[in-house]
Amino acid sequence: MTTLNPRIPEGPLADKWTHYKSTQKLVNPANKRKLDIIVVGTGLAGASAAASLGELGFNVKAFCYQDSPRRAHSIAAQGGINAAKNYPNDGDSVYRLFYDTIKGGDYRAREANVYRLAEVSGNIIDQCVAQGVPFAREYGGLLDNRSFGGAQVSRTFYARGQTGQQLLLGAYSALMRQVNVGSVKMFPRTEMLDVVLVEGKARGIITRNLVTGKIDRHFGHAVVIATGGYGRAFFLSTNAMGSNGSAPWQVYKKGALFANPSFVQIHPTCIPVHGDYQSKLTLMSESLRNDGRIWVPARKEDVEALRKGTKKPGEIAEGDRDYYLERRYPAFGNLVPRDVASRAAKERCDAGFGVGSGLAVYLDFTEAIQRLGKEVIEERYGNLFQMYEKIVDENPYMTPMMIYPAIHYCMGGVWVDYELMTNIPGLFSIGECNFSDHGSNRLGASALMQGLADGYFILPYTIQNYLASEIMTPRMPVTRPEFEEAEKNVHDRIVKLMQIKGSQPVDLLHRKFGLLLWDTVGMERKGSALEKAILEFSSLREEFWADARIPGGTDEMNPELEKAGRVADFIEIGELMARDALQREESCGVHFREEYQTAEGEAKRNDDDYMYVAAWEYKGTGNEPVMYKEPLIYENIKVQSRNYKT
Amino acid sequence: MDFTLKIWRQENTRIKGKFVTYKVTGISADCSFLEMLDILNGQLINKFEKPVCFDHDCREGICGACGLYINGRPHGPDTGITTCQLHMRKFRNGDTIIIEPWRAKPFPVIKDLVVDRSAFDRIIEAGGYISVNTGGVPDANALPVRREDAETSMDAAACIGCGACVAACKNASAMLFVAAKVSQFAVLPQGKIEARERVLKMVAKMDELGFGNCTNTGACEAECPKLISLSHIARLNREFLTAKIT
Repeated sequence: MTTLNPRIPEGPLADKWTHYKSTQKLVNPANKRKLDIIVVGTGLAGASAAASLGELGFNVKAFCYQDSPRRAHSIAAQGGINAAKNYPNDGDSVYRLFYDTIKGGDYRAREANVYRLAEVSGNIIDQCVAQGVPFAREYGGLLDNRSFGGAQVSRTFYARGQTGQQLLLGAYSALMRQVNVGSVKMFPRTEMLDVVLVEGKARGIITRNLVTGKIDRHFGHAVVIATGGYGRAFFLSTNAMGSNGSAPWQVYKKGALFANPSFVQIHPTCIPVHGDYQSKLTLMSESLRNDGRIWVPARKEDVEALRKGTKKPGEIAEGDRDYYLERRYPAFGNLVPRDVASRAAKERCDAGFGVGSGLAVYLDFTEAIQRLGKEVIEERYGNLFQMYEKIVDENPYMTPMMIYPAIHYCMGGVWVDYELMTNIPGLFSIGECNFSDHGSNRLGASALMQGLADGYFILPYTIQNYLASEIMTPRMPVTRPEFEEAEKNVHDRIVKLMQIKGSQPVDLLHRKFGLLLWDTVGMERKGSALEKAILEFSSLREEFWADARIPGGTDEMNPELEKAGRVADFIEIGELMARDALQREESCGVHFREEYQTAEGEAKRNDDDYMYVAAWEYKGTGNEPVMYKEPLIYENIKVQSRNYKT
Repeated sequence: MDFTLKIWRQENTRIKGKFVTYKVTGISADCSFLEMLDILNGQLINKFEKPVCFDHDCREGICGACGLYINGRPHGPDTGITTCQLHMRKFRNGDTIIIEPWRAKPFPVIKDLVVDRSAFDRIIEAGGYISVNTGGVPDANALPVRREDAETSMDAAACIGCGACVAACKNASAMLFVAAKVSQFAVLPQGKIEARERVLKMVAKMDELGFGNCTNTGACEAECPKLISLSHIARLNREFLTAKIT
């Protein structure tokens, strides 16, 4: 295997999905009852998939580490969800959403998957409205839209600043309805610790009950992992404290390929870091860039005065402000994509124009408040302003917000084909957990779209194409040697962790590793630094296994043990991220290699040599993994350099 | 800042718990309450003691996982926030802070400050949804909704299921939680079709799980981190009565 086959259906782009659905294999209702499906993770992708599969008649077992599926981190998404409805009549279409997503992803995403995503986007909105999701509406009673980064149309549906919450509660309700009828069995406070393969196919998982510590075996005719991204590898991120990369890492170690691991998005508008005790960063929705203007002082004297407190931001004259996004990117202004906005903030701060601690820029609503009135701004962003004030103790209606980029989302993830199946038969990956749709940079409001597209409208079809050949496979007893061996490995690893009895708390090791990761595989990457980082991560891995201190026992609730397992995986993921960033000798999307930039400091892509998906195969801890390439072929879109200037 | 913490420690559901006193020093006023507990736990781990267990996840006030009863108030002294959004600047240097889990019979303590709130999932399971399967639904704009109704629905839907309402209530009533869900759907045209069954099933489940009755003290509204209004309880009562007599 030197190149990968994504198994994209034949035919014109616009007909592929329709053609696939009308010719794929299906499972009849009587057989559905005989088939078990495991879904790990209950965020937008996992909950919507588990609910939809349950409705179809499959037996579903759903797992989440939280105490309730309603708390998955999709809940924290604020701004909105994209859909090509063209309700505002501003020229949107399936093709335009597809085009914007491919372009936003800097031509590193697969055409057929992205087109399908755009195609089903409208169905998601219909589904959510039918579920009672209270989207924002116009006075006439119809749905309202707002604009978001990387697009020139308004296609973002929203529920105040709590869109993720409302969509997740919709999917959660659908899931609980299936739990009630018995088609889904829910396992909260349960963490997947390994996948079980039988004769090369995914047939189950090993879990740990986070309350009792009990290790259990579960069989499934297919396994779906929907556990989100691994962004918390960086320690400080906008992800939840429990967000982790362990499920994809376990399947990677069993042979699933891990694609584009270095494509990690850094969100431009987060509350800046304020202390070394800090546990996480808080995002301020990208929607704020609709009305907020980003600036730093144009003169160093003003920077000094602001830091000393002798001047307030409002006292800086209009002419002495540098609205650097509007200056550099006149066509898109404050609504450039996230990677561009993040790097531009870093550029200004590195040049010494940062405010606050020096690592912050202003997001100013003064003009919008004058133009629209405080009430309108409050209606649009009230909860975000309140959240900001509670954290920072400053009123953003009076003083501009201070923001800085932070780790937010992983475009990279488990490699999947058109059917969202990994290279391990019967193992599927959906939502942020897979790599498929966002290339090297995700556009705002597209994560919710992809999670729900995968869970409601894509996986419930494609998984049947696989399961149709499994109808004769009886349920396997979990006493089989494959399950026994997987459980033993899980058990041994826990014992090994508990026996370290070192001197450093897991958080301390994680923080140390996270900072190193941020410096080397963060907003700017450099070949020599990456080479060094690979070695450093490998010695950090050894340090972890020699010196981590995990108190408590295994047969009880033990959050430190949970963290330890996740951090051990993060360190290994970090090593792979660095390798991936090192091999890609170009700049594209979030991946900015210092060596590859234009004279103006913009990313310089190399389509001739790097227009591919890098998919890595595990070859043992400490050994160099093998990279396979999936060439990206653009037949329906003209590849060009991204231009947000004119 | 320095604080004395009196924290409820309990090995598990079966073993009786007790308060244990700890000291933390040199805490920044900008530190969040949970970060202060992280610092305490770091100290405990350094001494090879078991850290204090508490539920938390998003740490930005939306997942509803965290919930501590601080100095006699759910989510502590500030209003309109969850525990993870509480900052130490809301306390005075030298304060003694009493930290307990939610106290309510339907929320048994699992360990230390962690309680089992799965009763909330059981209530949603009983009917907290609109019964539509994936696919085959009408176009989103085929059903206009009055803006005012959509806003009211959203006000109710903002509930994060943290359980502060139950912890605040002297009767351990879950009325505000149930009302928020019933209300979200009751004001929407798509929710009206099953309104009757929904309210009857959810209320029956709430009673069955051992939550107390509502005596309109308003403690739930006062402590709700999402400021969900008592008026939703009024709507729940109206929906319930209508359902009973029709």
